[in-house]
Amino acid sequence: MDLLTPGTGLILWQAIVFILLFILLSKLAWKPILNSLKERETSIQNALDTADKARAEMSQLKADNEKLLKEAREERDKILKEAREASNRMKEEARLEAKKSADKIIDDARQAIQLEKQAALKDVKIQVALFSLQIAEKLMKKNLADDKAQKELVESYLKDLKIN
Amino acid sequence: MSVFLLKLTRFLALIFFAVLGSFTISSAAETADSTKAFNASEVILHHVMDDHVWHFWDGHYGTLYLPIIVYSQEKGLEIFSSRNFYDEHHSLVEYNGYKLEHNHIYLADSGKAVLDISITKNVAMLFINAALLLLVFLTVAGRYQKNSGKAPSGIQSFFEPIIVFVRDEIVKPNIGHHYEKYLPYLLTLFFFILFGNLLGLLPGAGNMTGNIAVTLTLAVFTFIITNVSGNKSYWGHIFWTPGVPLPLRIVILPVEIIGLFTKPFSLTIRLFVAITAGHIVILSLICLTFIFGSIYVGLASTLMVLFINLIELLVAGIQAYVFTLFTSLYIGMATAEHEHH
Repeated sequence: MDLLTPGTGLILWQAIVFILLFILLSKLAWKPILNSLKERETSIQNALDTADKARAEMSQLKADNEKLLKEAREERDKILKEAREASNRMKEEARLEAKKSADKIIDDARQAIQLEKQAALKDVKIQVALFSLQIAEKLMKKNLADDKAQKELVESYLKDLKIN
Repeated sequence: MSVFLLKLTRFLALIFFAVLGSFTISSAAETADSTKAFNASEVILHHVMDDHVWHFWDGHYGTLYLPIIVYSQEKGLEIFSSRNFYDEHHSLVEYNGYKLEHNHIYLADSGKAVLDISITKNVAMLFINAALLLLVFLTVAGRYQKNSGKAPSGIQSFFEPIIVFVRDEIVKPNIGHHYEKYLPYLLTLFFFILFGNLLGLLPGAGNMTGNIAVTLTLAVFTFIITNVSGNKSYWGHIFWTPGVPLPLRIVILPVEIIGLFTKPFSLTIRLFVAITAGHIVILSLICLTFIFGSIYVGLASTLMVLFINLIELLVAGIQAYVFTLFTSLYIGMATAEHEHH
């Protein structure tokens, strides 16, 4: 059957043509095509990798920024708190100081008043004693101006004496 | 309306025949002229087999007479046109001491066969196929150089997915990390078969990839490459299969050696049968019209031929894929690094 018997000539031509085709296509077609494909694939891969890296860097930066912001906020809060505390403390101290000096002034004043009062009272007592003596003198002078009066007085004294 | 439709379909059927089966019709007519009865199997075999002339249609300019190249010890190398074997009535005659019988050339006096390396129809198809491949892929490669660093365009974007498919789906998974060494061969193989299959479907074209000599040569190339790149463990598995009891190894040895040759044999037969069978089916359906001599059968067979032609387009791709796939598989098996248990 001719259909099933390979012809020598065709085998020969097929071998020659195929080998030539293989050499030509390998050198002139497959090599540049496959190289370009590979090049393009690596460049795409590189681009994707770079994009990924940039994205990672971005998120890193963002995280850093947030961290910084948070720290700054905390710092601010701390400073504010400290300032508030300091001002409160100063106010309290001032108040205490003021109270202390006021108390002292009042105390001093009270003491001064007391002294003045005592001095005044002493003065008044002396005056009153003096007035009493003058009044007594004047009365005595008036009452003992006649004999009768003197007599009566002596008698009264005597009367007292008698009792004792 | 229905009459019009009938006329239209008849007309379309005729046109379809004129285009699709031009060479079949003409040779059928030729056969009918020279012999009394229409011989379908002769017509079909005539079209699927190789020939020393390329017959397109009847008439003076319908046949391309291809060059004959013969070598014999008696007469040495001779080149002449196959026209010399035909007289003006298109009957075979002897020429210069050679005679052409059933497509074989013999010495006229001794009847001895000569070495026939003529440019036959299939060799011409081979040249056309190779030229087309070179034209297409050099253009594609040129585009890659021109469009370097840019998006693919034109013919380049048509072939790029196919090249990438062969690389990533056929070669890479079957051969493994050192696939790049074999990629040029496998790409050449794939596109050679694909283009050959598709060219063979054209009306008037030769059945090149459906010729056993062509498929055999391709399979032998695969066989050589597979066994040359076979590593120690590949040959170890063939001659002294590890992990098998000694008596069994002796049984396995001849089986493995037969297996060595069944691989290229199956490659040869698969492609040859798939393509030739497709051509035979199409030609048979066309021949039905002439056997029955009826326009209605012609209409039905036209539809069938159209359908089978579409299937053949699919088969053209599938067979190129399968041949490349099995070649990659065999190379992959021969070069795999086995881990011994």
